[in-house]
Amino acid sequence: MPNHTVGGHSDITQEAHGVEIPDDRRYGQTHEWAKQESDLVRVGISDYAQGQLGDIVFLELPEPGRPVQQGEPLGTVESVKAVCDLWAPVSGEVVEMNDELADRPELVNEDPYGQGWMVVIRTGDVSELASLMDASAYAQHCEESAT
Amino acid sequence: MPQPTLLSIAQTGKRCTRLPAGDVPERDLADLVPVHHLREASPRLPEVSEPEIARHYALLARDTFNIDRGFYPLGSCTMKYNPKVNERIAAMPGWALLHPDTPAPHAQGTLRLIRELEGWLAELGGMDAATLQPPAGAAGEFCCVRMFRAYHDSRGDERRTRIIVPDSAHGTNPASVTRCAYTATTIRSSGGRVDLGELGRALGDDVAGVMLTNPNTLGLFETDILQIVQMVHAAGAMAYYDGANMNAIMGYARPGDMGFDAMHFNLHKTFATPHGGGGPGAGPVAVKEHLAPFLPVPRAVERDGALDWDWDYPQSIGRVHSYHGNFLVAVRAYAYLLTHGAEGLRRVSEAAVLNANYLAEALKDTLDLPHAGPFMHECVLSAQSLASETGIRALDIAKALIDYGVHAPTVYFPLIVKEAIMVEPTETESKATLDWFIAIVREIVEQARSDPQLLREAPHHASVRRVDEATAARHPKLTWG
Repeated sequence: MPNHTVGGHSDITQEAHGVEIPDDRRYGQTHEWAKQESDLVRVGISDYAQGQLGDIVFLELPEPGRPVQQGEPLGTVESVKAVCDLWAPVSGEVVEMNDELADRPELVNEDPYGQGWMVVIRTGDVSELASLMDASAYAQHCEESAT
Repeated sequence: MPQPTLLSIAQTGKRCTRLPAGDVPERDLADLVPVHHLREASPRLPEVSEPEIARHYALLARDTFNIDRGFYPLGSCTMKYNPKVNERIAAMPGWALLHPDTPAPHAQGTLRLIRELEGWLAELGGMDAATLQPPAGAAGEFCCVRMFRAYHDSRGDERRTRIIVPDSAHGTNPASVTRCAYTATTIRSSGGRVDLGELGRALGDDVAGVMLTNPNTLGLFETDILQIVQMVHAAGAMAYYDGANMNAIMGYARPGDMGFDAMHFNLHKTFATPHGGGGPGAGPVAVKEHLAPFLPVPRAVERDGALDWDWDYPQSIGRVHSYHGNFLVAVRAYAYLLTHGAEGLRRVSEAAVLNANYLAEALKDTLDLPHAGPFMHECVLSAQSLASETGIRALDIAKALIDYGVHAPTVYFPLIVKEAIMVEPTETESKATLDWFIAIVREIVEQARSDPQLLREAPHHASVRRVDEATAARHPKLTWG
């Protein structure tokens, strides 16, 4: 079972296979994280995902104003190994995208839960977050993905 | 050392040839060309002597790996040896110098070759009609999916918006789907093969078709193939067979007999035409009778012993390539088919499958083998255990192989295998070459335990050391000189 360890982004994090899983946010099956900030939800990919992808070299993210549906493609993440879809963890409207990633995609590798955030979604239905995994369920999910 | 560019060895005033003085009066360019069309400064072209050019390209060729130089087990790409006789035949002036606009009565031989090759491909695939137009595998996929759309539209069935693609399919499949304005639905495989439950849940009356790579990218034959096609057809969808891996099944199994409606071939893989920087590809498409009206035009037809181009197919999806596809690739494939014959092709597939299984069996204790065989034309090994034990990953093994004069295998694909190393030996390699490769991989894995740092810095003997792929992709420098 994953241990509770102290991490950099929240007081308590889960840890699986040496990756950080802060428990101040929720996680999707496809390794996105979603962090509620009042009626906004900040979205990025997990430490586990960036580790699996390897060096990220390019991101295609939605412009602010675009409506998104939970479970629909939100953009793409390209690493030296693969190109993967980024899936919307919640429905709503994109209100902000991380412009800095255009020049510094490596931020996703270096700080996936902080400076490597990707978009902010204004969601009409915060309860969608409940359908995502909490940190301990996600740690379990990573364990299963790793085998 | 990487070779310097021509611009960096250029010196002003150097020439390859000395032209004689003109015997017509010289005129200023500005008198002949409107000033606004003239460039303001001369182009920056390298000024070099002929020996410098000759050496420059000879040295680049020396530093470039190719199939004539060594073992090229690049999984998924079928890098088999390209027989020289095919080159000789394709270079014959009758083929090579014919203008593609030559009227049909003066191009009977060319039309004959196109028509016969289409017929042979249709026969190999168990299909009814074919086109040589698509210039590559992905273009063949696009052509097939485009025909699916035309077929459904012709029946007034316009509610179909999705195409199902298993996660063990070729990466280009979802891209072809998107190009045809469909949405790709990915289904997870179980045990390395299509999961019938997943397929059943994904199918519905909004599904236009299913794209199946068989044998799939794990080198596995889809054992439920007949049931898969039955389920697809029961949902009113079309079944497409990605024939990129035909090298494994020639003369043994035919997609048409399995019930597929359309398929493509990769002439550059299965029929030994140069690729991977060595030449363009070709992705002919073959279909069953009910899709034939939608094939690209013009089609080569024969009437009373004379061959002609026929444009009169009102339901055709139109052209998918200018003129008649990459014709000289078709000539090479035609020559390959003639040299092998039906029995020869069977033996090609037998040897390709035997070689892949020999490698898998010999290396299964050295690396992980996440999906058990029997394999078809290729096998997917994994460096996952080695990586967690030593930190040496698939990438390091691939780089180390370069030092031994082996082309690095495909790594990190298919995505469903972690630390994947995808090896496709092809039928053209001898047992001695395979044994040599097996010994090298074992040596590298031993080294991973004894001297991992050496492997992390590999390759040591190539003209270019380990390249920084991440920086190259993040901050590409797209100019030269």
